[in-house]
Amino acid sequence: MASILTNLFDGVAYGMLLFVLACGLAVTLGLMNFVNLAHGAFAMAGGYICAVLVNNSGWPFFAALPLAFVGSALIGIALERTLYRHLYSRSHLDQVLFSIGLVFMSVAAVDYIMGSSRVFIKLPAALEGQIDLFGVGIGRYRLMIVVICGLLTLGLQLILAKTRFGSRLRAAVDDPRAAIGLGINVPQVFAFTFAFGCGLAGLGGALSAEILGLDPYFPLKFMIYFLIVVTVGGSSSITGPFLASLLLGIADVAGKYYVPKVGPFVIYTVMIVILLWRPNGLFGRTAAR
Amino acid sequence: MTALSDVSTHAMASARWRIGEVAFWILALACAFLFPSRYLIMTDIVRLGLFALSLDLILGYAGIVSLGHAAFFGVGAYAAGLLALHGIINEPVIALVAAGLVAAALGFVTSFLVIRGVDLTRLMVTLGIALLLEALAERFSDITGGTDGLQGIEMQPILGLFAFDMFGKTGFFYSLIVLFILFLLARRVVHSPFGLSLRAIRNNPLRAAAIGVPVNRRLIAVYTLAAFYAGIAGALFTQTTALASLDVFAFERSADLMLVLVIGGTGYLYGGLIGAVVFKMLQELFQSITPQYWLFWIGLVLVVIVMVGRARIHRWVLFVPNLIIRQFAGRKAVVAVPESEAS
Repeated sequence: MASILTNLFDGVAYGMLLFVLACGLAVTLGLMNFVNLAHGAFAMAGGYICAVLVNNSGWPFFAALPLAFVGSALIGIALERTLYRHLYSRSHLDQVLFSIGLVFMSVAAVDYIMGSSRVFIKLPAALEGQIDLFGVGIGRYRLMIVVICGLLTLGLQLILAKTRFGSRLRAAVDDPRAAIGLGINVPQVFAFTFAFGCGLAGLGGALSAEILGLDPYFPLKFMIYFLIVVTVGGSSSITGPFLASLLLGIADVAGKYYVPKVGPFVIYTVMIVILLWRPNGLFGRTAAR
Repeated sequence: MTALSDVSTHAMASARWRIGEVAFWILALACAFLFPSRYLIMTDIVRLGLFALSLDLILGYAGIVSLGHAAFFGVGAYAAGLLALHGIINEPVIALVAAGLVAAALGFVTSFLVIRGVDLTRLMVTLGIALLLEALAERFSDITGGTDGLQGIEMQPILGLFAFDMFGKTGFFYSLIVLFILFLLARRVVHSPFGLSLRAIRNNPLRAAAIGVPVNRRLIAVYTLAAFYAGIAGALFTQTTALASLDVFAFERSADLMLVLVIGGTGYLYGGLIGAVVFKMLQELFQSITPQYWLFWIGLVLVVIVMVGRARIHRWVLFVPNLIIRQFAGRKAVVAVPESEAS
């Protein structure tokens, strides 16, 4: 019983991590209808920024996390302004090719700069080990992830639903032309959202180094997971991708623990079945217009 | 009635063999005698060209964006490997066709999944199928050999006459002949009314359906055909290299294939073949400069191609050949950029 609960908790932590990693993609892919396979590259950038700061410069872990966010967001906005911007109106094939190219470049560049072996981030002692909660062993690090990601999710939901920027973004997504007509600077809104999504991915990358592992092939290995979250979750709200990530996280952890030999098999099958059953995602209104 | 005969004369005219095409194949054959020491890489190019031809059938002619075309390559490769390993079909040509049919069967079954939904769903489903097969091949390692791959494949002589030699000479001619036969078939298919209807579907599925083209059935047919081609390419891979390992399913293989097709151009059959030659030469070049980091340069090429624009690049690439052809033949360009790129 206790081990089931521990696994469930691990799954939830994993799922929340996936959500933070992928929710930026939910905006670019789901809302802006841009197939960005390079999303994992921004997550990897955040992870490596954090690793360099903590391991080489001796920064405390919690101080390095915001910088992982800022660093990835800056890279994101630089690329958005120079490259991505020109591709919004292109065909999906062009977008796929472009982002695959970016993934290849990022993989080789990180391999060149940082080496090809897995990188570990030194964690503060407070985050190591487990605590015992009603007889259920809970990893401290995972608890922290659940707390941080939970707060982020709440914050995102509030921003999207309550703030002026949130309503602008929703308007820009629903009908870009009408939004421009109303005086909303749509390219700016998109650029800012893109950068924010990249920043979140970077933060997720920094947090996930401990759990998912951080090496130059990160963007390729987890690309499918991000895509699953977005396509299965749909993009009409934040709740869809959130639930999809939780499902995926729990299913993946449980699959690896209880049926280790068919774990990935189950996930891909479930994904294909869901896509066939509801091509616009489980909770989605529309994934591609 | 006149409209119909107009269409058929137009189709017949575009299906005629051009000087440039004949020259292309003579050149391909000449390579075999010009570079006798490079059989292995030339076989690689031929195989890749066939694989790219297969993707072109669904991407360039039917407009289906696939990220998991390696699935069929892999199935063909393993089918050929298993047939040879267990001595079920010893004769390579029959085994090749059998492997292609296995891949085609898979293509037929999965085509029902692929024709549903829009671009994005197709991307995900094709990618998912390839990953699924990779996971399966890893799971049933007692059959597939797992990460070590199939070991100890011994190929029998082709038609019982031509044994595979260690320099790859037989392998090269074998691959080239297979490519040529399948190319003829593909050429016949795309210039047939069937091929024209595919192009109609690519340009506008709704409109194609409105004029009476059975969209889904055409897509299923061409997807199955493309799977057959990819399976043959995979089987050639196994037969000429005598190995098959998990990386036949790898995502990189599907991604590289897209690059090949994009370099050569989609929507005309030579695109994949020209792309394969250029891609392999680029790869050789980058690997000789930076053995470990060539992926970076491949990625850069992709980004640059997309940023500059695919149609524009093809105009530049085809500028010189078309100029020469115009000079000698005194007529319009033979190889033109297809009037409408897949979108």
